[in-house]
Amino acid sequence: MQLAASFKAFLLKNSTESNQNLYDHLTQLLMKVMAEHPHNAVDVIEDMSRDVKRGLFQDMQSTLRDLPQTTAAELLAEQQCLLFSRPEDRDQEEELVETPLPNVSEIGFNLEQAGVSLGREEMQRIFLALKQLVESQALPRCRLWGKILGTESSYIVAEAECREGEEDGEQSTDEAPEDEDREAETQESEMDPLPESTYKPPPVVPKETTGTGANKFVYYVCNEPGLPWVKLPSVIPEQIIVARQIRKFFTGRLDTPIVSYPPFPGNEANYLRAQIARISASTQVSPQGFYQAGEEEGDEEDEVPRDSYEVNPDFEGIPVTEMVESLSFWVHHVQHILQQGRCTWMNLTVKPGEESNEEGEADEKEEEPDEPEPEVGPPLLTPLSQDAEMFNSPPWSSKLSSTLTSQHAVAVLRSNLWPGAYAYTCGKKFENIYVGWGVKYAGEGYIPPVPPLPQKEYLSGADITETLDPTLEEEQVLQEALEEQQAAQEEMEEAEEEEEEDDD
Amino acid sequence: MDSDSVFFSLELVAGSGNTLSLEQKAALQTSLVILKKNYKFQRVLFWGKILGLKEDYFIAQGRGQDELRDRKYLYSYNCMDWFLLPAATDSMASEVSKAARGRFIGDPSFVYECVEVNRKSEDGAAEDGVVNKVKEETRLSVTVHQIDQEVSVVPRGSFIRNHLGLVIVNRSFTGLSESESRKLDSFFHFREPKNPKQRFVLQNGELNPAVDFLDVLSDDVPKGSWSLQFEFARRVLVLRSLLWLGLTFYHLPRTPQHGYVYFGDGTKNLDLPFML
Repeated sequence: MQLAASFKAFLLKNSTESNQNLYDHLTQLLMKVMAEHPHNAVDVIEDMSRDVKRGLFQDMQSTLRDLPQTTAAELLAEQQCLLFSRPEDRDQEEELVETPLPNVSEIGFNLEQAGVSLGREEMQRIFLALKQLVESQALPRCRLWGKILGTESSYIVAEAECREGEEDGEQSTDEAPEDEDREAETQESEMDPLPESTYKPPPVVPKETTGTGANKFVYYVCNEPGLPWVKLPSVIPEQIIVARQIRKFFTGRLDTPIVSYPPFPGNEANYLRAQIARISASTQVSPQGFYQAGEEEGDEEDEVPRDSYEVNPDFEGIPVTEMVESLSFWVHHVQHILQQGRCTWMNLTVKPGEESNEEGEADEKEEEPDEPEPEVGPPLLTPLSQDAEMFNSPPWSSKLSSTLTSQHAVAVLRSNLWPGAYAYTCGKKFENIYVGWGVKYAGEGYIPPVPPLPQKEYLSGADITETLDPTLEEEQVLQEALEEQQAAQEEMEEAEEEEEEDDD
Repeated sequence: MDSDSVFFSLELVAGSGNTLSLEQKAALQTSLVILKKNYKFQRVLFWGKILGLKEDYFIAQGRGQDELRDRKYLYSYNCMDWFLLPAATDSMASEVSKAARGRFIGDPSFVYECVEVNRKSEDGAAEDGVVNKVKEETRLSVTVHQIDQEVSVVPRGSFIRNHLGLVIVNRSFTGLSESESRKLDSFFHFREPKNPKQRFVLQNGELNPAVDFLDVLSDDVPKGSWSLQFEFARRVLVLRSLLWLGLTFYHLPRTPQHGYVYFGDGTKNLDLPFML
C-alpha cells in the first residue's frame, strides 16, 4: 500500500518544463479513449496523447526572461583570466634578469616525482598568482610555501622577504583600550574603594621584529589562485605558546574566532601564522653545504645564536643515494623556536634599582641564583640526525623517488611529525613544501590542558577565620567569671572610697 | 577510483596534495589489467596508499558480481607485484585494537606486541601479563576494511540494487547537478546500511528503493566531519573526511565520473571533536 501511495505521489509531481503532471495527463487520455472508442486504440494511443497535450495549449512565451545564474566556477574563471594577461608595456630585456620567482615548471615536475602535487594545471595557476603577487608588492624574493587544507576552503601560502624599512602597522591598537580604562577608574573613585587585587599578570614576551627570528619572512595567503592575496600579521610568542597546546582545524576564513582552551589570543589569521611559523621551524631543511653561516660580527659570545645564512657559491651537490641513506646530510636552515615562543631568548625578570650604569654593570657581574636560565635551542644549520625521536618513530622518512631509474631519481624526505611536509633534492637544487591540514602528529591522542587551580580569594587572617560559636555552658562560665570580676572591682572601689573617707 | 580512469582522476584529487609519480602510474596501468585477468574481477579499483615509516603500501580493490559485498583487497610495494590481503573479521579487529600502536612500519611481517597487565592489588604479588601480538599484515587488512566501512562515499544514483538484491553499477547515471552536489544528502556510505534514522513519510515520495538503500552522509556524527569543497577552479566537487585524514572523494557534476582514494598514514583521527 505504501508503494502505491508513493508511486501516486510521484505521478502527481508537476513537470518543471510544462507544468503538467503525468497523473492528470493519463486521466484525460483515458477519458478521451472512453469517449471516442477508437479502433485499434493501442496503435493510435501515442497520437491521442499528443492531441491531448496540444489541447492544453499554453502560451509558452512569457514576458519574463530567464536570468542566467552564474555558477561559482564562472565567477572564479573571470578572476583567473587576469592571471593569464600579460602587460604590454614591459620590455623584453627586463625578463632576462634574475627574477625573484623560482623556476616554476621544474619544481612542479620534481614534486610530482616525489609524489606531492596539487595538480598540474593548479600548480601553474598558483605560480602565475605568485608572479602577480611579486609584481604588485615589489617583493625582493618569494616562493611557494605550500597549501593548508581547511574545512570550508583552503589556503595557499606564499613566503616572501619583506622590503627593508617596513614596519607593521599594529601599534595603533594599543592606544584605544587606554581611554576605556580611564573612564572606569573615575567611576570607581566615586564609590568606596574595592579591595585591590594582588594579581600581576606574567610579563608579556615581546615579539620579534620583522626580519628576525620567527618573523623573518612575511606570509601572504589566498583561497584560490587569482583571488587577492592577504598579508598575515606577524607572530607573537604568546600565540606560539598557545598554538602548541591546542589542536584545531582551519575553516578557510581568516576572521573565524578560535574557541579553545587555553584561549587563543587572536583569530584564525593569527593561528594560521603561528602554525606556519612552527612548521617552518621544524621542517624547512636543505642539503648540507647549500647554506653556510653568515658573517659573524665582532665579539662572539656563545649565547647569541647565528641567525643569518648565505647561499654557498661552492656547493657542489651531494649524490642522491647518500642523501637518502643518512639524515646527517640534511640540515635545518630555519631557527628553532624556543619554549618561550621566540628564537632568541629574552630575560623577562626586571632587576630592581637598575638605573645608573654603574649599578647595572655591577649587577651583570654578579650571578643571582634566582635568575631564570636562558633557553638555548640547537644552533642554525644542525643536521637532522640530531632531531629527537617522538612517539617511538623516527622524525623523518627518506626515499628515492624511483627505484628503477635511480640515476635520475630525486631524493625525497618526508616528515613524520608534521604529516604533509616534504623536501626534495636533485643535484644542486632543493625545495621544501607543505601540503596538509596544519596539525602536528600527536601520537595516541590529544588531551587538552587542565584549567589551573582556583586562586585564593582573600588572605586568610584572624578576622575572617571561622570559629565555633560558644556553647551555653561556656557562655555561663564566662558570665560568672565576668560577674566575679565586676564584683571584685566594685569591692575594690568601695574599699578605695572607704579609705578616702577615712583619710578625710 | 576505477583503474581505467586513474590517469586523469588523480589530477582531480590532487588538491589534497598527494599523487603518484609517473613511474607508479605507468606501473599501475599495466599491473591492474593483469590483476583483473588473474583474479577474474569485474572491476579493479586503485584504492589508495598507506604511508609507512620505511615503506608505503599501495592498495588495490577488486570487485566481483555484487559491488557491495564481493570486495577483495591487495597490497603492493612497487605497483607491480600484488599480494592478497586476508579478509578482515571481528576477531582480527579486536586483536588489532589491543595490540597495534603507532604508525605503520612498512613491513607486513612486523609483529606489534603489547602487554596487557592485570594487577591484583590485594595480593600485591600476581601481575598477569597477557602479551597481545598482531602482525602488520593483519593490521593493514583491518585498517583498510575499517576505512571502507566508515568513510567510503558514492553519489546518489550511481549504484542500484536490482530485483535479485545485487548491487550493480548504474549505467544510466548521468551525474548530480551542481545544486544537488552541494548537499551532503546526495552522498551515501558504500557499506551495508545501518539505518540510524527513520526517513519521514513525506520524503518517501521522492525516495526510490532501488537507489536509496544506503546510509546518507549527512547522518554522520559528529556533524562537520566532512569537508565539502569545490576545487580545481571550482569545477570538481571534493569531499574530504576529517575522521580518517587523507580520504578524498571527487565527483565532476553532470558527468558520471566519481571515485574516492585514500592517501594517508592509516590512523583514525580520534581528536576530531576537539578540532572542530
